[in-house]
Amino acid sequence: MNTESDKDVAIIIPAYNEAGRIASTIANIRKFTDADIIVVSDGSTDATASEARKAGAIVKELPFNLGYGVALQTGFKYALKKGYKFAVQMDADGQHDPSSIRALLEPVRNGEVDVAVGSRFYGGNYKAPFLRRFGMVFFAFITSAITRKKTTDSTSGFQALNRKILEYYSSDSYPVDYPDADVLIMLHRKGFKFKEVPVIMHEADSKKSMHRGFKPLFYIFKMTLSIFVTLLRKEEHL
Amino acid sequence: MTAQQKVFALIMSAGLFLLIIELVRRRRLAEEYSVLWLLTGVVIAALVIWYDLLEWLTRLIGAVTPTTTLFIFGIIFLMLINLHYSVKITKLTSQVKNLAQKIAIDENEK
Repeated sequence: MNTESDKDVAIIIPAYNEAGRIASTIANIRKFTDADIIVVSDGSTDATASEARKAGAIVKELPFNLGYGVALQTGFKYALKKGYKFAVQMDADGQHDPSSIRALLEPVRNGEVDVAVGSRFYGGNYKAPFLRRFGMVFFAFITSAITRKKTTDSTSGFQALNRKILEYYSSDSYPVDYPDADVLIMLHRKGFKFKEVPVIMHEADSKKSMHRGFKPLFYIFKMTLSIFVTLLRKEEHL
Repeated sequence: MTAQQKVFALIMSAGLFLLIIELVRRRRLAEEYSVLWLLTGVVIAALVIWYDLLEWLTRLIGAVTPTTTLFIFGIIFLMLINLHYSVKITKLTSQVKNLAQKIAIDENEK
């Protein structure tokens, strides 16, 4: 374990009813970094917030359930306000292995890119239901084609980013209803640099994955539309 | 168009008009929203009274009877009003989101 400090990093974890596993997720992260851990409870009706607080995280509670993207953006806004230089977004269910945080932060810290996207598809054997996997491959292909950058996992919610991106993600341009491949395309069109970094991901240990509630077919439709209008938009002002 | 149809359409549009004015008067409906509705009532009334315009419009859009023209325009208006609401709801959703985020962020902050 290294001695480098990550006190300028905010680890943002959106959580909805994750009582029972949020504490272990936080404890696992603690083994690898001393970064501040910000849990955004998305209107959870269980003990998520108090468990996270007890485990030593900074907890922000949305008054009602607003969805993954909104919770995530709340974290970005908070990190921006508090002056963190970098942020890492992770899932609450322990799917994202915290041993990969450093590797993910590395290219962002040294200024190589603005966003590092953790990809589970380098050498791993990640399994997902067929339609979901089809969506992943399909959008990874489209994203690669548009951004001319190798993208294998455009749906990844394990990312490291710098302050410029915190600012951008906190604006109304951020598609809070379903941030995904369209965000990468937006970044590309705004001239931000990103790259994929191999990370370790585990299968979520329950049916409730990060894209909860979204039916795969609707996801494919929504994302296609979102990418299409993203391409139609002129440069937006921040 | 029979006289009966005309009377019915006029009564309906007059009724709609009065209802909207009354709702605005009682502050149950914001002026902003009333405009589109009032317009709907006025246009229906105008088409019924100014029959030549209705016949001209009917030929223009290729409808068979003037009643169809009235219905078509009624439906188009309703669609526009609904679209207007969708736009409003989108804006409200975004405002509620920003409010909720602000509450979450500012809570327990010294």
